[in-house]
Amino acid sequence: MLNQKEILSTVEMIDQQHLDIRTITMGISLLSCCDPDPGRACEKIYEKICRCAERLVKTGQDIEDEFGIPIVNKRISVTPMAMVAGASETEDHVPFALALDRAAQSCGVNFIGGYSALVQKGMTKADERLIRSIPEALARTELVCSSVNVGSTRAGINMDAVALMGRVVKETAAATADREGLGCAKLVVFCNAVEDNPFMAGAFHGAGEAEKVINVGVSGPGVVYHALKSVRGQPLDVAAETIKKTAFRITRMGQLVAQEASRRLDTPFGIVDLSLAPTPAIGDSVARILEELGLEVCGTHGTTAALAMLNDAVKKGGVMASSSVGGLSGAFIPVSEDEGMIAAARRGTLCIDKLEAMTCVCSVGLDMIAVPGDTPAETISAIIADEAAIGMVNNKTTAVRILPTPGKAVGDTIEMGGLLGSAPVMPVHPESSAGFISRGGRIPAPLHSLRN
Amino acid sequence: MNAIVTVVGQDRVGIIAAVCNRLAGHNVNILDISQTILQGAFTMVMAVDVSASAASFGELGQSLNELGAEMGLSIRIQREEIFDAMHHI
Repeated sequence: MLNQKEILSTVEMIDQQHLDIRTITMGISLLSCCDPDPGRACEKIYEKICRCAERLVKTGQDIEDEFGIPIVNKRISVTPMAMVAGASETEDHVPFALALDRAAQSCGVNFIGGYSALVQKGMTKADERLIRSIPEALARTELVCSSVNVGSTRAGINMDAVALMGRVVKETAAATADREGLGCAKLVVFCNAVEDNPFMAGAFHGAGEAEKVINVGVSGPGVVYHALKSVRGQPLDVAAETIKKTAFRITRMGQLVAQEASRRLDTPFGIVDLSLAPTPAIGDSVARILEELGLEVCGTHGTTAALAMLNDAVKKGGVMASSSVGGLSGAFIPVSEDEGMIAAARRGTLCIDKLEAMTCVCSVGLDMIAVPGDTPAETISAIIADEAAIGMVNNKTTAVRILPTPGKAVGDTIEMGGLLGSAPVMPVHPESSAGFISRGGRIPAPLHSLRN
Repeated sequence: MNAIVTVVGQDRVGIIAAVCNRLAGHNVNILDISQTILQGAFTMVMAVDVSASAASFGELGQSLNELGAEMGLSIRIQREEIFDAMHHI
């Protein structure tokens, strides 16, 4: 039997602590849309997405109304487009991005992910064409998100792809310079990318997935922060227990919503992603959780340890609450999307080097970080390589979503608005990495990749 | 289908009457009511059965929201399952 205290605590979490479902993402396989004629392939893509996802947004809203829990985003992820477009006889992949954009607009979703290529070991011609088309594709679409996987623990790091991605990131910023370089906020470079991630910009529907699937990403930094306030000053194992219990509750709600969405949309339930995803709103910050644990400012010494504990406790609490956990599942630290991170970066306490250390112990990587517009492409490639190396060696997903907005320098702020927030431009090391990046080739897989 | 109605706000005369009236107008049956003053705020939790109501869940929520706005209260209706999921294994 429910008691009043439990009911009111849920209402308070939703009303005052920003508890929400961050996203319901429908994964759709587009492999059946391959066609030698690119125009016909695009028609099939548009038709299939609209057919599968036409009720996604309405269903999300109905669940919101009935359960009283906000579902912030409804999204679609599709098969990495390089696999689909590769079947068509064309040099130009941009029309595929335009087809995705049209389909997303018709379905009313916030984003569609999967303008992607997986090139951790080598690039096909289609992969390379798709990667080279990313700047134009992101400039000419509104809702399309793109991701490229350049490394994995099993394959090592494709340094030719890393070098190319440095240039693609710069070109994407230039192509969307009139919108604060917004294109780069929709472009992620991964190592060990996962096939069932519901979060943007890195979502795609992996080749090992079913025809269609419902994945759900929960949120709740505000709830964790609030719970931690009640154990202020107590030992860290007490704090970890508190986080676990809170994560359990949050995830149970995510599981309920995922099952309900799956049933109503007649689409199999895939996974719940146990990520603590912040927003720029006050009181919904991962950085503030770390500060609540006793750090004066996020980014100071001790931050990595605090984050490691937070990340682990979230997983331990969440894993029992869901029948199937997947995606990225860990605390996110996107600088521009987290009010506390923005404040710490503005103050100079949180720098790229510290963020890189933090990515060793959490999900996902150097995320939504603004750097000076004149940062060389080789430096961006080197940042990607560092992050990919952390992912490769530690058997985890890492990513880089970096914003070298043209004309911006240290001290400026990039304003993207909405959930993407605002990012203070952070300094990068001025010393060159060009010699390292220009070598190309591959960084071989580490010894512990040989696990068979 | 069972749902939970929560009402929170400044105490005044006639809150319970007004909420019950609105629910009755939609043919919603009240199964249980508990009401208290929590840290100075009027707090009421009702378990209700909405299966006989002609209104959709969204319309019920909207109607209670409007009443809440008129009376300066926060009134919401949510399906019972969400509370069960979060607090009971």
